[in-house]
Amino acid sequence: MQPSSSPAQTSPRANLAGWLYVSPLVLVLVPFFVAPILVVLAASFFATDGFGGLTPGFTLASYVEVLHSALTLKLYLATIKFTVLTWVFTLIIGFFVAYFLVFHVRNQLLAIGLFLLCTVPFWTSNIIRMISWIPLLGKEGLINQALLAVGVIHQPLEVLLFSDLAVVIAYVHQLTIFMIVPIFNSMARIDKKLIEAAIDAGASRFDIMRLIVVPMSKSGIALGTIFVVSIVMGDFFVVKVMSGGGSASVVSAFYEDVGVLQYPTAAASAVLLTLVLVAIVSLILRTVDIRQEITR
Amino acid sequence: MSAVLADMPETVAPATSKAIAPSRGGRPWTFYVLAALFTLYVIALYGPMFCIYVLSFQDIRGGLVFPMKGHSMHWFVDLFTQVRTGDVKGSFDRSIKLAVIVTVITVVVSFLAGLGFRKRFRGDTFVFYMMIGSLVAPGLVLGLGTGLLFQALGLNASWYSSALGAQLSWTLPFGVLVMFAVMSRFNHVWEEAAYDLGASRWQSIRLVMIPVLAPGLVAVALFGFTLSYDEFARSLQTAGSLNTLPLEIWSMTLNVTSPSLYALGTVTTIVSFVVIGASLGSIVLIQKKRGSSAKG
Repeated sequence: MQPSSSPAQTSPRANLAGWLYVSPLVLVLVPFFVAPILVVLAASFFATDGFGGLTPGFTLASYVEVLHSALTLKLYLATIKFTVLTWVFTLIIGFFVAYFLVFHVRNQLLAIGLFLLCTVPFWTSNIIRMISWIPLLGKEGLINQALLAVGVIHQPLEVLLFSDLAVVIAYVHQLTIFMIVPIFNSMARIDKKLIEAAIDAGASRFDIMRLIVVPMSKSGIALGTIFVVSIVMGDFFVVKVMSGGGSASVVSAFYEDVGVLQYPTAAASAVLLTLVLVAIVSLILRTVDIRQEITR
Repeated sequence: MSAVLADMPETVAPATSKAIAPSRGGRPWTFYVLAALFTLYVIALYGPMFCIYVLSFQDIRGGLVFPMKGHSMHWFVDLFTQVRTGDVKGSFDRSIKLAVIVTVITVVVSFLAGLGFRKRFRGDTFVFYMMIGSLVAPGLVLGLGTGLLFQALGLNASWYSSALGAQLSWTLPFGVLVMFAVMSRFNHVWEEAAYDLGASRWQSIRLVMIPVLAPGLVAVALFGFTLSYDEFARSLQTAGSLNTLPLEIWSMTLNVTSPSLYALGTVTTIVSFVVIGASLGSIVLIQKKRGSSAKG
């Protein structure tokens, strides 16, 4: 993308051309993103007969119900717990994997190859990758078998599968890639001369990490955080399957509500979640110009 | 995140033509620690998937965990012949068709939007953030909104209408972000040279831009196909009465406890790998051809 004049100075012709080019995009996003969000917003104000029928109107009953329910707080706390744990682990693993690829692998082609090795699973099914933990973590799974054989434990561990631990493992397994790619992208742009100069000036490797690498990877970390946070907060099937029904998050409760046709309650909870998400994402976006980041 | 993937072979090379500090001498101890971390990460990434591929080749006595009980293709036959596992073949067909349609639309619309976003125009930021919103919004909520919208308009939800739109709201933001990265590396001199030689706008797009940007367009197609083929949350409320493959897998995870589930995982992953291999292969091929013709 070329750095160009601000939109205020663009000519009417350039505006028209721009809109013509993006019009197909807009024609998809308006009916399939903007309109559905508005529908959910409207439904959250409707009354229901309890059987899936919606009565158009304006009532805040659903919001009162959601906000007054002790369950809501519990769901948000569970969701935040999963989000924070997943974020911490994906960040640590993602940062160091990217660091290894950029700063330790000396062969350019090898680095690209290893990078692709990390990204390939992104293009395969999430659900399959999730259920692939069953033969490992199950009560008779490989990990329990191994631990029993070594003699560390005498009873198979039941917390491995269908627990909060399994949920976090599945999230980290699926989402670390979303940290690796943007952080790798930022790190690859750090001028190596800068680091040579720092070494010549007597900086230790820890100083280089603290003063050069981390600050210059910040935008990648921010982008990765947006992906991880929004996916974990919007997820329901990992929580549902990997916790064995034992845990719930905001969206998995939404899923149950929809299942029993409680549309207004579900919609109200969805609107609240969306507001929370928008707040978090815009906070992160204040620290990074994502458009610049992608096109630089 | 898509940025790097799209044009890996061309981007990284100029940025890091020389390997990494410290570029001479022995490896510091951190190299070995990080190499171990990276290896563990890759094992954790592929290990579980590998387990279910292996387990899907058990014979009729097979269960969900190790040890392997015999080996045969029994569960693959079972998958496509048994009624109780659902309509696997039909959903497989639908998913492939849908993914092809989504891919074509994603490539065309993303390419046009990429052209549009090259210059600033009034409202471009608005369109950009609408796209980011579509990317981070919880898929299940958007799917429900789309489903309710179709219901309110008296339209039937089906995989080729509502689910198609819902999937595009997910694949297009990825496609456009990849296009951003690809376009930002496009040298405008070529386009201007084409104009100077008397090319029309359409000729410059068809004869200059599309050939130059071909690897990036293949990358967009890869995103379009795989993200649609594995899409789940947005399709759940929008696919209507006929399932796509991920929905079929989802219902199997809830009620099938035989290695058929793993067999389906193996089959769908093979399809993904074929698509990934073909895409990456053709990108490499295009680059290679270019390299040799530049020398010749």
